[in-house]
Amino acid sequence: MFDDPAFWRAGAISTVAVMVGVLIMLTVDSLAVISPGGAHVPPYTVINQHIDYKFDTKRGNDVPVIAGSEPLFGRAVDESAAEALIDKGKLVIQSRACINCHTFFGNGAYYGPDLTKAWIDPDWDTWQAITGTSTREDAMVSFLIDPERYRTWTRTMPNLRLTREEAEATVAYLKWMAAIDTNGFPPNFGRMGPKR
Amino acid sequence: MYRSQQLALKYLTAAIALFGVMIIAGLLSACYYVHPDLLFGILHFNIAKILHIDTMIIWLLMGFMGAIYWFLPGEFGRELAGIKAAEILFYVFCVAVAVVAVVFIFVQYGGSDEAALWLINQGRKYVEAPRWAAISVVVVMAVFAYNVLGTAYAARKITGVTAVLMVDLIPLLALYLIAFPAISNMSVDLFWWWWLVHLWVEATWEVLIGCIMALTLMQLLGTSRRIVETWLYIEVALVLGTGILGLGHHYFWIGTPSYWLAIGGFFSALEPLPLLGMVVHAIYDAGTHRMKTTNQPAFYWMLAEAFGNFLGAGVWGFMITLPQINLYAHGTQWTVSHGHFAFWGAYACGVLSVVYLVLQKTRGLTHVDGALWKWSFAALNLGIVGMVGGLLVSGVAQAFVERAIGGSTHAAFIAGQENQWFVEGMVTRLVFGFVFAAGYVVLVWDMVTLGKRLPVPAKLQAAE
Repeated sequence: MFDDPAFWRAGAISTVAVMVGVLIMLTVDSLAVISPGGAHVPPYTVINQHIDYKFDTKRGNDVPVIAGSEPLFGRAVDESAAEALIDKGKLVIQSRACINCHTFFGNGAYYGPDLTKAWIDPDWDTWQAITGTSTREDAMVSFLIDPERYRTWTRTMPNLRLTREEAEATVAYLKWMAAIDTNGFPPNFGRMGPKR
Repeated sequence: MYRSQQLALKYLTAAIALFGVMIIAGLLSACYYVHPDLLFGILHFNIAKILHIDTMIIWLLMGFMGAIYWFLPGEFGRELAGIKAAEILFYVFCVAVAVVAVVFIFVQYGGSDEAALWLINQGRKYVEAPRWAAISVVVVMAVFAYNVLGTAYAARKITGVTAVLMVDLIPLLALYLIAFPAISNMSVDLFWWWWLVHLWVEATWEVLIGCIMALTLMQLLGTSRRIVETWLYIEVALVLGTGILGLGHHYFWIGTPSYWLAIGGFFSALEPLPLLGMVVHAIYDAGTHRMKTTNQPAFYWMLAEAFGNFLGAGVWGFMITLPQINLYAHGTQWTVSHGHFAFWGAYACGVLSVVYLVLQKTRGLTHVDGALWKWSFAALNLGIVGMVGGLLVSGVAQAFVERAIGGSTHAAFIAGQENQWFVEGMVTRLVFGFVFAAGYVVLVWDMVTLGKRLPVPAKLQAAE
């Protein structure tokens, strides 16, 4: 029986069928969890709120903490305006091939820092002083519009010809992304390590 | 020679040429880590990186297609159906690749609108090619699928290997359609994107190279079809049985439910099993034939494929696949180390084996051996092992300094990149990159002149 190719062919077909079936079921469940407003991905209007990232002792990993009002650029936006910002932000990220220098959720290229929790990076406090701005989002916009001017390291982000509108949409995207529950990745963000 | 075999020669030639472009772009990408201001304002890291990884995908794909076009007439005993369309589309494919490369280098990116995604750059890793070019890839793949399916129908003949190949072509083509949408939600975008990347690379491509190696074994060592097909079925069962849900190791941190940590960790930990099976198979066949063959380079590249696949994809992948380790290793040069070793072992070595086999047939050589292929074999493998080693040191340093100790902030990222181990690892990678490039030059020289060089005694006679 074991030296008959037909036996192994039947094994291969049944194995693949079972695995594909399980994958489809898990995909249906996962897509519900990662849709905006799902258990792990907040609605786009989360950009109107304060976002933090703290260790959850019950789950044993870091989780986003969403609490209190903190409208982006001081302007609260409704659902459709928030969605338009996120759509635009994603188009900026794709058209400028950001993922070929940076990572999102650790996926991409490794020449620049991971952007999963970039919104809550403590370094933006420094950048506020460098750019002469009073808020984190304004510092991010100033940097994105002219990164070569605010060079702080040997590797310089090139000027990608972003308009103010595009830079604001990118910042909105990064704020929304920081609120996604990533099962604790990256760990200990902002709580450990060097400060500048 | 069948027309499809002449087409195979063109595909394999284009594949080897693109292999060279990939190396140049890879060396350039490696240089940026050592000299960050290199070509600043002219060509940035992201474009060099795109050229490196996209040419890697295309040269391997062309290598696979060349191999299939070479073997299929023998399997079916006739010319392939739709060969004229395939011949035309080869040139369309080449022109599309060249135009995309020119656009990447000289235009680089456009505005944040759909037009930029259609014409310039889609900005999604591995599938950066603009949509118009992606459509041409779909057409090429569709005609390729027709060549295989149509020929089987016309010949009224299906072997075990061709049956596996035909079934494999369906997901190969269908999954590529994920290259098109621009989904705003990054979690959903990456969810489907991994279907394309993982289920191509760790499932359908593994099956495809399994078919190609099965056909190679029959020609190279005369292994019986019964043995080859039995092994192929076992490999398909194990590769897809572990690889389909092994997809879960990419779903640890993208916002997906936490059950993927257990599912992905478990199944991807089993993924080395089929690769170990391939090593056992290779050793068995090599032992049966007492390492004797009429084509030494094809034989040794096939062995390198089996061992490289197991080490690069299996062992190196296993190192970082458990979520407890992946939490720190993910998105570091550790991943790059695995990626380089895996693609080399799993696919590149297999394509090179086929090229030598084809060269033996087309140039009518009864025996293929010599010094050049050994030099290139040594330099390429030494180069890749050196690069992989350097990247591993950098990656481990990054995982510790940036992730574990630093907390992954921007400041922690810089601390990791400036760590002495990291820097030395990246320099090592660059040095061995040049060794690899030297191996490529010797490889091409050997392939071009194989069978055309006079043996030394003959040269002396000619001189006299």
